[in-house]
Amino acid sequence: MFGSPSTTWTVTQVNQQLRELIEAHPPMQDIWVQGELSNFSRPKSGHWYFTLKDETAELRCVMWRGMAENQAYVPQDGQALEVHGAISVYEARGQYQLYADEIRPAGEGALYQEFLRLKAKLEAEGLFDPQRKRAIPVWPRRIGLVTSPTGAALRDMLNTLARRFPLVEIILAPAAVQGPGAPAELVAALERLNQYAQSDVILLARGGGSLEDLAAFNDESLARAIVASAAPVISGVGHETDFSISDFVADLRAPTPTAAAELATPERTELAARLLELEADLARSLQGQLQEQRWSLKTAQQRLESRSPQARILSNHQRNDELTRRAERALQTQTRLLHSDLAGAQARLMALNPAAVLGRGFAVLSTQEGAVVSRVAQVAVGQALNVRVSDGRFGVQVQDEDN
Amino acid sequence: MAKDKEVKELSYEEANKELESIVSELESEIHNLDAALVLFERGQVLARHCADLLDNAELKVKEITTDGELKDIE
Repeated sequence: MFGSPSTTWTVTQVNQQLRELIEAHPPMQDIWVQGELSNFSRPKSGHWYFTLKDETAELRCVMWRGMAENQAYVPQDGQALEVHGAISVYEARGQYQLYADEIRPAGEGALYQEFLRLKAKLEAEGLFDPQRKRAIPVWPRRIGLVTSPTGAALRDMLNTLARRFPLVEIILAPAAVQGPGAPAELVAALERLNQYAQSDVILLARGGGSLEDLAAFNDESLARAIVASAAPVISGVGHETDFSISDFVADLRAPTPTAAAELATPERTELAARLLELEADLARSLQGQLQEQRWSLKTAQQRLESRSPQARILSNHQRNDELTRRAERALQTQTRLLHSDLAGAQARLMALNPAAVLGRGFAVLSTQEGAVVSRVAQVAVGQALNVRVSDGRFGVQVQDEDN
Repeated sequence: MAKDKEVKELSYEEANKELESIVSELESEIHNLDAALVLFERGQVLARHCADLLDNAELKVKEITTDGELKDIE
């Protein structure tokens, strides 16, 4: 071609040049692309290959195995997705594509933006302020539950409450926990509990789900109802890693519904252990009182003894002797009385021996190293434990754990 | 204070609180023998009541209706 620049490029050079151009363009290197998934394939190599498309165009995508393994779910053809990654050129084919590192359902991006906006707004109003948060009572008598009447969250919480602190009364205020009507139902349930059933604490709970499933707990009206609640609110929404607006405004955030039930109650076995301690303290304190009595008895005796010789010096010996005898008799009677009181008190003390407590059906569990077991976390499945009951010991093995 | 109340009417919290205060009273003040024994015996009754409550309590679950009424559920 006459008049054109004389350089001729190789194919490799063209592809290389294009690749460098694209990779030097920042907007293409950190990009979210939305579209419908098609041609999804997952060969043995573990890499994912797929195409994103909309009405008029397609984009080739690849996700390397290391990234693919970290995705929360495997997408399917036809799903609307948002894919994050960087655009580059596969030089061998002369094809540009999206090197993906994260996928999420379409719409989550918008939800998340709304979540951030509301979070910033409420935070600016001081609703997340730790100073505003109320203390959770140690001994609740009545606990309100706001959750779905059919969900696993309710079952988990009731199981936990029955195991830990069955002395409490539970008031369930059922509400839908997802769907368009959920925020209004949750608000109404919370208000109903506050109005008609004075609870010491309210648990607001839902099992895990996608960001969209948990959307009701990111609702502004619910956040304000939590702040306005007369009883302190513990939120237990989703899984460990999920955070909702409800979590931020609640007086206490629990990672799961079960954890919310745990944070709201003392544990029965700990109460029982504390009770044994108190009984032992009670016995010891009475011993202390008896010790005091013995001591003052002894003092009285000494004082009396030190006076009687003095009395003898007085003129009327006979009368003095008699007085002394009377005093000694009186002292003996007193001493006898006090000794019999002491004996009675000691008999009562014996009845309080910790062994008697074991006789009521309590048992002390200990590891083979001798540590007393009071928590699930101290044992592992298969571990051998010693059990002490009223009349001896025996060994057991841990079969399963509840937590 | 709940001292005049029948022990069996006390909640776990009330009974436990009174037991704690009896123990600390016996630990810190000197009483004559009669008074000490009266306190000790009440302490024992309270402890037994607490143990009974812990052993025998069953979770009570009610549901609040949209009219604000409480009804039992199992």
